[in-house]
Amino acid sequence: MYQHTRLTSNNYGLFQKFKNFDYVLFFCILLLGFISLIAMYSTDGGEVLFHTKSHFTKLIIFTLMMVLFSFINIKFWFLIGYFSYFVVIVLLIWTYLFGIKSSGSQRWIDLYFINLQPSELMKIFIILCLAKYFHRMKLEKINSIYTILTSLIVILLPMGLVIVQPDLGTSLLIAISGVAVLWFVGINHKYFIYTMIGFLLLLPFIISFLKPYQKLRVLTFLNPDRDPLGAGYQIIQSKIAVGSGGLFGKGFLKGTQSYLEFLPEKHTDFIFTLFSEEFGFIGSALLLLIYAVIIYRILAIGASSRSYFAKVFCYSFGSAIFVYITINMSMVLGLLPIVGSPLPIMSYGGSSMLATMIGFGIVMSAKVHSQQAIA
Amino acid sequence: MINSSSENVTKLNSINRRMFITGSLKFFIMIGLVSRLFFLQVKENKKYLTLSDKNRIREWKLAPIRGEFHDYFGNVIAGNFEAYQLHLIPEEIEDFRYVMYRLKDLLELSEKEFQKIVRKKNAIKPWETLIVADNLDWKKFSKVNNQLYDLNGVKPVISISRNYPYNENFTHIIGYVSQASEKDIELNDTIKKNFVPGLKVGKIGLEKSFEKKLIGTNDIERYEVNAYGRRINQLEFQKGERGKTLKLTIDTEVQKLANELLKDKSGSISVIDIYTGAVIAMHSSPSFDPNLFVFGINQDDWQIIRNNSMKPLINKTLQGNYSPGSTIKPIVALSALENGIIDTNFTVKCTGKSEMYGQTYHCWKKEGHGFVSLRNAMKQSCDTYFYEIARKLGVDKLSQTAEKFGLGKKVFGDLFEIEKSGLVPSTKWKKNTLGKGWLLGETMITGIGQGYIQTTPIQLCLMTAQIANGGYKIYPQIIANDKKNIIPKDKFTPLCKNSKNIKIIQDAMFGSTNEVMGTSYRSRIDDPKYRFAGKTGTAQVRKITEKDRELDLQTFEIPYEERDHALYIAFGPYINPRYALSILVEHGGNGSTTAAPMAKKLFKKIIDRHYLRQSMNSKKYMEI
Repeated sequence: MYQHTRLTSNNYGLFQKFKNFDYVLFFCILLLGFISLIAMYSTDGGEVLFHTKSHFTKLIIFTLMMVLFSFINIKFWFLIGYFSYFVVIVLLIWTYLFGIKSSGSQRWIDLYFINLQPSELMKIFIILCLAKYFHRMKLEKINSIYTILTSLIVILLPMGLVIVQPDLGTSLLIAISGVAVLWFVGINHKYFIYTMIGFLLLLPFIISFLKPYQKLRVLTFLNPDRDPLGAGYQIIQSKIAVGSGGLFGKGFLKGTQSYLEFLPEKHTDFIFTLFSEEFGFIGSALLLLIYAVIIYRILAIGASSRSYFAKVFCYSFGSAIFVYITINMSMVLGLLPIVGSPLPIMSYGGSSMLATMIGFGIVMSAKVHSQQAIA
Repeated sequence: MINSSSENVTKLNSINRRMFITGSLKFFIMIGLVSRLFFLQVKENKKYLTLSDKNRIREWKLAPIRGEFHDYFGNVIAGNFEAYQLHLIPEEIEDFRYVMYRLKDLLELSEKEFQKIVRKKNAIKPWETLIVADNLDWKKFSKVNNQLYDLNGVKPVISISRNYPYNENFTHIIGYVSQASEKDIELNDTIKKNFVPGLKVGKIGLEKSFEKKLIGTNDIERYEVNAYGRRINQLEFQKGERGKTLKLTIDTEVQKLANELLKDKSGSISVIDIYTGAVIAMHSSPSFDPNLFVFGINQDDWQIIRNNSMKPLINKTLQGNYSPGSTIKPIVALSALENGIIDTNFTVKCTGKSEMYGQTYHCWKKEGHGFVSLRNAMKQSCDTYFYEIARKLGVDKLSQTAEKFGLGKKVFGDLFEIEKSGLVPSTKWKKNTLGKGWLLGETMITGIGQGYIQTTPIQLCLMTAQIANGGYKIYPQIIANDKKNIIPKDKFTPLCKNSKNIKIIQDAMFGSTNEVMGTSYRSRIDDPKYRFAGKTGTAQVRKITEKDRELDLQTFEIPYEERDHALYIAFGPYINPRYALSILVEHGGNGSTTAAPMAKKLFKKIIDRHYLRQSMNSKKYMEI
């Protein structure tokens, strides 16, 4: 009971909030934002054009939003855990029914001032929802069939809605976010192992369900040279760009691979390639370091959080971010087949940045209100 | 509550343990990513840098400027001219169809030509240059220039192309150039290296033989290109080298005269310097205009050349194997003298025909020449005399002498790939190739240049030159500034044992031209400055039957294909000789009436120009 009294007595004043603010994380995010602006400027060919302007605007708005979110009590996020999940589910259904079609997929909804991609938001809100679900759960209940089935439904529902868009990449990332929560809350590791074995056994079966272009991606990953000008083009050009960067890079705005348009998707999924070509191994390692510090801070905030909910959220979100980064980099470095997965903050794309910034905001809120207990 | 809090502790323990597991996993994955980066960017950097440059840098080769051909006096006989062309880049043109129809009108293109251009356009990328017209005349070019305001995107271009100012005069020496075929590219590495679309290469003649020297090297433009192949900016311009200019030993004036003399006739004229071996003129008639081939010959012109019964495509000087007829007689006589078979006092009685081994051998003069010595036999070209000495000499000794004087092998070596080597028969040759024994009768007809023996006009010319220079070996050459051309060691080695014998032959040839009863007496020049000595020849195209002998038809009464070839060999001036020539007129009838008169005109010209030629020589040294 003493816990409770201490919690209630914990009143967070504005000064206290500023004091609790994680300036290292904040600085790293700002630095990342700055680097992403530089990269965006380079994709525009050394001019402030559409992408740079748009990215800058979003960066400013979403960063301010993040700061604002961090002052909102962590209790609030706990409160809206289920609600936000359902809102995003509704948005996904809306997308399925009335979404904007673009290049063969239906992923966006028109909100008049912004085209939103709800699947990106789901990457965050599924963590929020599951973290809340497990917050008050008793230990023995966690591994019950009922719990596991419920959480699987929570994960599979948005996955299904995203797969039909079709967007395999994002649906996998959503699943990873969800599974990360399941891992941290202590679902028996046997389940994970069984699932993994089952997945491997079913792999040939799954592959037969893949769309032809997806199969092609897998085949291309296994041997990029089988069609160097077609399916293998992206990965080959990406590797050339990274490899030709060398230790110090070709210099800012001097990346010939991107400047001469050999690089595909250079402002979204392949932004790292451009950065790596121009700034070399040193620059790339530095960028990785920044990401590492961000992830470390997120995990550290989780560790120092008093509430189970905040802890689960931070750990899961930090791990999810890590997985996003790993998948994106492995993809552009030719270690994984090509799946659409943006590099957090760096890649151009409002919804992805919005989702990431919401995540950062919640993490920041957990830091500011680290001593807040949730009943 | 205790329960609850202890449960919370287990829950927290569990989450922290799992956090620790994933945390370490993250650490190792991070290291993995960094090492992958290191591998790509540092270890494999060179490989990817090369690949990146390969991506972005593209070379454009421009057609090299071909070396020229000059005659001995520096006149351009194969040069370059500015060809008026029209280029356009399809993507820069708003309405391709409209522009094309306008151009079709202006250039008066036929539907076929028009379709060809459209096909060409479809085959290239929209930003590549399309050559609409490669060689416009000035009138059409200026017409298009005046209409340019209406032809947005069409670029008038002045490009460099081959030109042969003397048209057909030099065709059989220098040949011609035309668009390189796949075979040309495959067979010649230099062409392969310098190839650009539209490159013109030598197809025959010296243009082909000296391709490597003439072709030059490409200008190379290096551009940075984007992923779609569009040029972004120029990185480098590497100026190519112009092809070497080749100076020939030919005198254009003499060459022109040779052309004139053989106009409407089928035949060959060759003139060489008897000391240097320099070819002054070399012509095969009829010829054709090489300019027709430069931009691809059209069907009509091609059919005209192909269907000409006088075969303009054959270089008769080098490719034509002819019976030498009486022009072989100086060699037969020389061989007999050299081998000690005869001396100048040896005489034979000619009765017009002689029976031997059951065959009748006719002299060209039915009534016979009576008793003839060597000099008279040469002068009047008595066949009976030569039957006799050939019989005594034997074909093998005759062949030895003939081969020494250059018969039976290629005069220019590998210079002209079409050159034939003729045939000097011998007993061994017949045994090996025909598998039959040599007949004495065959020796006799070889003695008057009939039978198996075959020579090319250029061989006869070389033979004459070597008789004229006193019997010394020379090597004919046609390139005046070929520094690589090493003079063979055996140049000027004596070809006969006794120089007196050569003098006897020279004197006999002098008689043949300059004395009454000589076969070419009517073509003589009395002025000692121009006086020359020669030997006529009439080569039978077919065996003369008894019936023919009875009829004794005049040349013009015989069908063209059955008329004899007329030949003439000569050297001059008689005192201090310098030049030798050979003339062949296919189906010309008779050496003394058809071929010898040409020699008269030629010697006049050649000797008149001799001093000019000499002064060119000394000028060459003065320039140094």
